[in-house]
Amino acid sequence: MSAPTARLLIVDDNKVNRLLMSRNVEMLGHRPAVAENGRVALEMLRRDSFDLLLLDIEMPEMDGFQVLEQLKADPSLRDLPVIVTSSLEGMDSVVRCIELGAEDYLPKPVNAVLLKARIGASLEKKRLRDIQREIVRRFATTEVALDLERSGFALGGKRVHATVLFSDIRGFTSMCESQPPEETIEVLNTYYALMFDAIGSTGGVVNQIIGDGLMVLFGAPLPLADGPSAAVSAAIEMHALIAQYNLERAAAQKAPLKIGVGIATGDVVAGYTGTQQRATYTCIGDTVNLAARLETYTKEAGRGILIDGATQRALGAGTPTEALGGVQLKGKAAAVEVFAVPV
Amino acid sequence: MPDDVIDRGVFAELQAAAGAEFVAELIGTFLEEAPGLLVELRSAAAQGDADRYRRAAHSLKANAQTFGATSLGALARDLEHTPLSADQTQIGSTLAALDAQYAAAAATLTTLKG
Repeated sequence: MSAPTARLLIVDDNKVNRLLMSRNVEMLGHRPAVAENGRVALEMLRRDSFDLLLLDIEMPEMDGFQVLEQLKADPSLRDLPVIVTSSLEGMDSVVRCIELGAEDYLPKPVNAVLLKARIGASLEKKRLRDIQREIVRRFATTEVALDLERSGFALGGKRVHATVLFSDIRGFTSMCESQPPEETIEVLNTYYALMFDAIGSTGGVVNQIIGDGLMVLFGAPLPLADGPSAAVSAAIEMHALIAQYNLERAAAQKAPLKIGVGIATGDVVAGYTGTQQRATYTCIGDTVNLAARLETYTKEAGRGILIDGATQRALGAGTPTEALGGVQLKGKAAAVEVFAVPV
Repeated sequence: MPDDVIDRGVFAELQAAAGAEFVAELIGTFLEEAPGLLVELRSAAAQGDADRYRRAAHSLKANAQTFGATSLGALARDLEHTPLSADQTQIGSTLAALDAQYAAAAATLTTLKG
């Protein structure tokens, strides 16, 4: 079994050291590149992608400590594993390197067996970190993944102004009953592909997928200039894409898909809920409940898109709406002003 | 040849790890580079540039240790850790000792290089 080839950058101001380290790296089956000081190394790291950095400390122009500081401050390079190789003596320089984020410290002259073990361990850790990040990206949205990377994970939320959109498929339960589950999954996947397409181009973030339902946030976790307009545009686009898809379904003698969309705007509390072991990014608050109730009410009202007053007032004159008056929604004490957006 | 000029154990280990042919090339590079480091030490000492002086001594130490040049490495290490003296006579005699150690190491390495 041979380990996969990795790309390593060797930084050392001394030519003999560079040659010997390159040789060691090559003999381990990896591809070395060299830089003669920290400044050159950073240029190379920003231009090309590397799996691991072997860093000397004592160098002219920019020393190893400065390189470590710069790497730590750069989000795109922060996770690059670094093994410091130096003949600097004294525990304090070792401690300083580790504190600055170096993965490991190898004294020079470097022992080839030890180097092999350290490189192997560092690359394996990097591989696991990469897998972990990939999982986070797949099961959280890019925005949440970014927020997690930037701010770290902490339970609790903060109050933000956002627009919340709920959407689901009408008659989904009976559709499930009348066709094989394989076909339902196929329909669902097509539906999600279309919905994500409509939402993604407007700046919305799909926060939850529950069965045939979607919860989409506009303005959280990252602020958005005009959430209400973006949400309504997304809803109109969703209906347009579904109408197109229904033409295909009609050609295949399949019943059309119908969706309902509810949108509300206001303050929400956004953040991570759950436990330290398992948590999810979500928004809670009246605005969220209202959007969900409006979506449910689309069935009763026989409308494709319903929005609340706050969303309607934020829309420009270019988007026509129809006032449905005050509606007594389930779970709401007072009547709520409801508007329909024609589709 | 005394073992403290080039420690044969360290040298053999280097050959085993990197290959004898490569080590011969590496000696060639060291013999090209080291005189420059000695010049750098003198020039840094003359200008009272402690950083450059320390860095050159540090480099020489690391290379000497790589080849098992024990005495040369020890002397370079002393320079690295001793604050640059203002006494030019003292620096002169230290650097002369270093030159002698380097000459001995270079001669042995040249023989070993074959």
